[in-house]
Amino acid sequence: MSPAASSLGKDLVGLEDLDAGQIRSILDTAEPFKEISERKIKKVPVLRGKTIVNLFMEPSTRTRISFEFAEKRLSADTVNIAASGSSVQKGETLVDTARNLEAMKIDMVVIRHWASGAAGFLADRIPSNVINAGDGSHEHPTQALLDLLTIRDHTGRIEGLKVCIVGDILHSRVARSNIFGLLKLGAEVGVCGPRTLLPAGIGELGVTVFRRVEEAIEWADVLNVLRLQLERMKGGYVPTLREYNRVYGISTRRLEAASGETLVLHPGPMNRGVEIDSDVADGPHSVILKQVTNGVAVRMAILYLLAGGAPEQAEAAKQEGVG
Amino acid sequence: MVSGSERVTILNEDAVRRTLSRMAREIVEVNEGTERLILLGIQRRGKELAERIREEIQKSEGVAVAHGSLDITLYRDDLATVGPRPVIGESRLPLSGIDEHAVVIVDDVLYTGRTVRAAMNELMDWGRPSRMHLCVLVDRGGRELPIQPDVVGRKVQVQEHQRVDVLVPELDGRLAVELVTTSPEAA
Repeated sequence: MSPAASSLGKDLVGLEDLDAGQIRSILDTAEPFKEISERKIKKVPVLRGKTIVNLFMEPSTRTRISFEFAEKRLSADTVNIAASGSSVQKGETLVDTARNLEAMKIDMVVIRHWASGAAGFLADRIPSNVINAGDGSHEHPTQALLDLLTIRDHTGRIEGLKVCIVGDILHSRVARSNIFGLLKLGAEVGVCGPRTLLPAGIGELGVTVFRRVEEAIEWADVLNVLRLQLERMKGGYVPTLREYNRVYGISTRRLEAASGETLVLHPGPMNRGVEIDSDVADGPHSVILKQVTNGVAVRMAILYLLAGGAPEQAEAAKQEGVG
Repeated sequence: MVSGSERVTILNEDAVRRTLSRMAREIVEVNEGTERLILLGIQRRGKELAERIREEIQKSEGVAVAHGSLDITLYRDDLATVGPRPVIGESRLPLSGIDEHAVVIVDDVLYTGRTVRAAMNELMDWGRPSRMHLCVLVDRGGRELPIQPDVVGRKVQVQEHQRVDVLVPELDGRLAVELVTTSPEAA
């Protein structure tokens, strides 16, 4: 029998819904997809004839392009829809938009939306596969998966590792998805940030809270530095950017003061000189561009695992060597 | 393994070794030497067999032959219907690439020909080999596509409810070819 990967079901809405086996299966499936992007002809015919709609109701460059590369390298046909310039501006609801797309016979929707829960809402209402590319402050599962893959690439494991997420935990879907994924794979998770940007009761999730970034760096094997969402400034969560950098910014000086090697991740886009200093972002601790490369492989793996192969069609994988 | 199945050895370890050794000589013969030769084993058992054939050629010809492995999962024609997604193995080609090389595809069992079709499509995406040959340890008949092997270890007649298992030490703990008969209710 050829071994089969764990089934993910119809949709990928969040890591909260997956078990450790399913998460590991995605990471393992991403491995062979890394190599396809190194080929001269970067294309395999897995999703030939499938139509995928990238429905981006919120600005995104990296995630949208990463999904688009992943889709194209698997030979899918893709359509991009942004909020501006679409009928959304004319007041069409999300479900109506999706139903109209379905009427044109599509197979998958990749959705980025400003509202928490939008991806799950859509997944429950349309038969196409739905992939969450970030919904409000809920989850951003593909970002967390590419973070996990990058960490695993560099340390060889997730289990037992100490990972600290630094910055705006309160509003961050990246933080939430990372916490779910890391805990399920057996990592110890810490968070560090201004009190105003830590959700109440965060300790109940099973994470350690660090008040001082120096302590967090000393404790952690891996730092995942989040973008300080500048729109939060207006909300009065942070006094000034300078102040934030002075207290929480990741600098070479702080990294060198800690014992041991620290791996530094950042989901981008970076505010250089705010949450992370340029010499760290471009320095030996940083794996930020590796994250971007891995993002394409992880998304290819998810598209591969979700497309086709509906559970009701499941039959024992064919005998190996039959061909 | 399914209960109620009966196994008969077609080739034992020594017989498989002798067969692979002959196949190695035939590969060198059909390619008129080892120049620009690449042995590509199909994941997973084809890869292990290709490795053994490579050692045989190296012993008899005294040259190192380029080699690699090919996973054809992403080129299968039944991906939309097989149910649980198959795990994808590693494809590793020689650094020289395959352009203008004589590629020998090595697999364990040739049956419908669909795996070989997939392998040929994948190789065409990788480059343009000067020629391709197909080398299989067992040809069990039952082709669904117009594909024929160039080098064959053993032809086996297979009845309904029978299949051929090629066993390799790396995955199965021993080297052998066995004919498995499953009772209809167990199959």
